[in-house]
Amino acid sequence: MMSNIFSYIVQGTAITIAVTLIALPFGLLIGLLMALVHTYGGKFLNRVAAGYSLLMRGVPPIVLLFILYFIISGSINLSPFWAGSLSLGIVSSAYQMEILRGALMAVGGAQMTAARAVGMSRLQAIQFIILPQALRLAIPPWSNEASIVLKDSSLVYALGVPEILRRAQQLSATTQQPFLAYGAAALIYFVLVFAVNRGLDYLSTRTKLPTHP
Amino acid sequence: MTNPILATRSLTKIYGQNTVFKDINLEVNEGETIVIIGPSGTGKSTLLRCINLLTSHDGGQIFLDGNEITAKGYDEDGVRQQIGMVFQNFLLFNHLTALDNVMIGLTRVKKLPKEQAREKALNELKRVGLADRADHYPGQLSGGQQQRVAIARALAMDPRVMLFDEPTSALDPELIGEVLGVMAQLAHDRMTMLVVTHEMGFAREVADRIVFMEKGNIVEEGSPDALFYHPKHDRTREFLWKITELYGKKEKEQEKEKGETA
Repeated sequence: MMSNIFSYIVQGTAITIAVTLIALPFGLLIGLLMALVHTYGGKFLNRVAAGYSLLMRGVPPIVLLFILYFIISGSINLSPFWAGSLSLGIVSSAYQMEILRGALMAVGGAQMTAARAVGMSRLQAIQFIILPQALRLAIPPWSNEASIVLKDSSLVYALGVPEILRRAQQLSATTQQPFLAYGAAALIYFVLVFAVNRGLDYLSTRTKLPTHP
Repeated sequence: MTNPILATRSLTKIYGQNTVFKDINLEVNEGETIVIIGPSGTGKSTLLRCINLLTSHDGGQIFLDGNEITAKGYDEDGVRQQIGMVFQNFLLFNHLTALDNVMIGLTRVKKLPKEQAREKALNELKRVGLADRADHYPGQLSGGQQQRVAIARALAMDPRVMLFDEPTSALDPELIGEVLGVMAQLAHDRMTMLVVTHEMGFAREVADRIVFMEKGNIVEEGSPDALFYHPKHDRTREFLWKITELYGKKEKEQEKEKGETA
C-alpha cells in the first residue's frame, strides 16, 4: 500500500517536472523574441510586443490558461498535458520578456554602438555582444520566474493533468488524510523550488564576470 | 596634391530644432593627424559619429577614398570596418577578455581563422603595451589600460582612418599619459587620425593640423603654430587663452622638470 502511494506521487512529480521543462524553455523562446523585438524592433513591432506583455500580465494565469487551452486544443489535436504545458509557457513568456527586456536595457546602447563601430551588423552585435551579457544579468530574476512556473504548473491540474496536486487531491479523498496528502505535495514543491533556485544561484556565480585583479 | 583619404562636403546635422553642425567641409590626407578642438556642445563628437555612420546626417556628403559612403544603400558595416573608433568611455565588451575584445572583430566580422586572429590580436596588444594583460577582463583593468585595449581593438581591423572621441576625458590625470603616448606613437607611424580632445599639449606636439570648431561651424584651421601663436579669429584666441590658462601652469611645471632632467 505505502509503496503504491509512493510511486503514485513520484509519477505525479515526474509530470510536474515535465510540464515545467516544457513551459519554461517555450516561454523563454517567446519571451526572448518579444524582448528583442520590443528593444530593437521598429515602432510598430515595439507596440505589438508592449501590448502582448500588457495583456498577458493583466489577466490571472489560471484564466489565461483556460482560454489558451481551449484555443490550442480547439485548433490542434493535443493532449491536455501538451496543451497545458504550452499554455503555461505562453503565460510565462510575458514575464520572461520583461525580465529579458530589463537585462537588455541594462547592457545598454553603448555596447551596441561599440559593436557597430567594429563593423558588426545589428544581428551580430546582438548575438555576440548584447545577449551574452544580458543573459548573465537575467539569471537571478529568471531564477525567480523559474520557481513561479514550477509552482504554477499546479494550475494544469484544472485541465485534468495528473501532476502532483491532482494526485494529492485524489490521495486525500481515498485515504481521508488530507493533511498528509497535501503536506507531501507541499514538501515536494518546496524541495523542487529549492533545488532550482540553488542551481541557478550556482550558475549565476559561475558566469559572473571578474572585476578585481 | 594627393586625394584626401576622408572628406566631408557641406555635412550638416540637425536634431529637431537644434542644428548641431552645418556645412562642415573637412579634408583628411593619408597619414595626417588632425585634432579638433572647441567648447563642449559644438558638435565635435557628433561629427565623428556621423563620419563613421553611427549617427545619421541631415545634409551633405562624406567620402572615404573618393567613394561617397553617404550614398543610399552603401555598405555601412563595411565602412565601419575601415574606420576605427575610440570612445570617451572605452566601451570594451565587458564579457570578453582583452584578447577576445581585440579578436572578436577579426573572427566574427573579418572571418579570419582563429589562430591567425589570435596572433594578430596579440600583436596589437603588444603595440599598446598590454600583451601581459591579454587574459584580463575589462573589470580587471585600469581606465588607461581599458582605453589602450580599445585602441588595439580598433587597430586590429586595419582601418584606413582612426577616430578618437575625447579618449582621455574619462581618465584619472595620472593615466592620461599612457593613452596619449600610444596615440603619439600611432601618429608617428603615420596612421591617419582624427582626434577630438581638450589635451592642448597633445594637439600642439602631435597634430599636423588643428581645427577649431564652435557652435557647429569650423571657425579656423591651421598648423598648431599658426593657431596657437597667430590665431586669425578673436574667438580662437579667446578659447585657446582660456584653455592654456587652465592647463598652462601644469605644462610649465612639466617643462621645467624636463629642463632639469635634460
